[in-house]
Amino acid sequence: MNIVVCVKYVPDATGDRHFEDDKTVDRVGVDGLLSELDEYAVEQALQIKEKADDPESVEVTALTVGPEQAVDAVRKALQMGADKGVHVLDDAIAGSDAIATSLVLAKAVEKVGSTDLVVCGMSSTDGSMSVVPAMLAERLELPQVTLASVIETQGDQVRIKRDSDSATDVIGATMPLVLSVTDQSGEARYPSFKGIMAAKKKPLDTLSLSDLGVEADQVGLSVAWTEVQETTERPPRTQGEIVTDEDGSGAKALTDFLASKKFI
Amino acid sequence: MSEILVLIDHAEGAVKKPTYELLTLARRLGEPSAVFIGPADKASEATEKVKKYGAEKVYVVDDSEIKGYLVAPKAEVLQQLVEKASPDAVLIPSSFEGKEIAGRLAIKIESGLITDAVDVEEGPVTTQSVFAGNYTVKAKVTKGTPVITVKPNSATPEEAEGAAAVEEFAASISDAAKGAKVVASQPRKSTGRPELTDAAIVVSGGRGTGGEFGAIEEFADALGAAVGASRAAVDSGWIPHSFQIGQTGKTVSPQLYIANGISGAIQHRAGMQTSKTIVAVNKDEEAPIFELVDFGVVGDLHKVLPAATEQINERKG
Repeated sequence: MNIVVCVKYVPDATGDRHFEDDKTVDRVGVDGLLSELDEYAVEQALQIKEKADDPESVEVTALTVGPEQAVDAVRKALQMGADKGVHVLDDAIAGSDAIATSLVLAKAVEKVGSTDLVVCGMSSTDGSMSVVPAMLAERLELPQVTLASVIETQGDQVRIKRDSDSATDVIGATMPLVLSVTDQSGEARYPSFKGIMAAKKKPLDTLSLSDLGVEADQVGLSVAWTEVQETTERPPRTQGEIVTDEDGSGAKALTDFLASKKFI
Repeated sequence: MSEILVLIDHAEGAVKKPTYELLTLARRLGEPSAVFIGPADKASEATEKVKKYGAEKVYVVDDSEIKGYLVAPKAEVLQQLVEKASPDAVLIPSSFEGKEIAGRLAIKIESGLITDAVDVEEGPVTTQSVFAGNYTVKAKVTKGTPVITVKPNSATPEEAEGAAAVEEFAASISDAAKGAKVVASQPRKSTGRPELTDAAIVVSGGRGTGGEFGAIEEFADALGAAVGASRAAVDSGWIPHSFQIGQTGKTVSPQLYIANGISGAIQHRAGMQTSKTIVAVNKDEEAPIFELVDFGVVGDLHKVLPAATEQINERKG
């Protein structure tokens, strides 16, 4: 079985994230890392491998699309236990929207070849659109089972549990398919020292757009199907009144505040 | 004027509030055509509802063939409707399901996609809130038929009588779209409180509750509010994930948000920072949540909330 897990290199959410002059997210001048939500995808891919009848026959490939530093996201996945890495690196990709990114990912998945399972995180921690798994499924003409909190596989059968607003559903599908997993699916492992050393010897391919048969004019900012017209930093919220509760004064002050704003 | 397709958000035919918000926004762009994908016997009920908010047409798609097959068939329905009606835009509620439908649809009709709009103006130009609410972005689609998903609470629904001419639409669904199926479903018990994403007031609890949500719930009920939680409370198993507010849970933007025993990590802020008025109760005066608040109480939520609940109930008489 071949599993491809898609990982994204994102600006650190606890750092200072901002836009560049061309209104794209600055991905080069800021500290970045493997998107936390993609760690869950790597973890589930590894668990599916470990639980397989013959784990040796399952190969997990970590795939990323992004600038040079994005290789860090793949390295982290290799340290966690993925078998090989693919980094699609091409200057033409910069500024691509989700539509173009999903095209590059789909071509890369096809390049890896005979993939049974594509695993994604539930969302990125930067763009947070949550649409790439669906787009990837559409491009690869595969079913999607998304937002899984519990994943079970048996042969080519996949069953997941997912929580919606009104119910907990069990969804079934047959591989090949695209799977996305939530942060409820289980804590992601930390790379062990052994894992970190082993990762250095694992194959890591860097592919360009031409390797994938994608034309440079199919991707990038200039052909994006959406255009950002302006970005405005939101003025920081000004701190209002803070009171310290002493013998019930806090409750009264709170109630007075709510009444003054007509919430009561 | 051109049609604007609006996908109706409903549960077994009961139309949800975000639908009216979308119809209100759609009227700024053209003539709203509501799309009902659901049980045929509920179509007239839904039609009556969307008529009040300006739907000029209602496309009714019987879902008996596709029920349980998740999003792929719905994307095919919308694709075929776009081909038939050549609308100027497609508006879809910004739920996880809505975004997945939109993602598939955008690829199918080779059109640009904008998700999580908080406003839509003529153009259509959208407004989005990004990076945990730290930036506001205005954007537009430059290719094809704009597909836009809109967050709940993005507009105040305005009533306007529409013609609501019903048109039955028989979509042809491919076998490929039926690859994933709901095989079992366990409905969750209703709390009787407003839905988290479209409530006007949200009262939420975090690690500081110590797992005791009684005070939170009673306070919420006094205010007619929905109950939410931080990831810490969900991870501790105190409350189901469907109550989680933040990056990996729900994004809320109510008139009033009251955070209790929640420190205010960036991941939580991402889910609530665009609330109009923010209030916090926390024992720790250093908690970062206090940086955001319009009003804060440094104190024990288990003392402050019950007393405040009592006072609110008294004032209400």
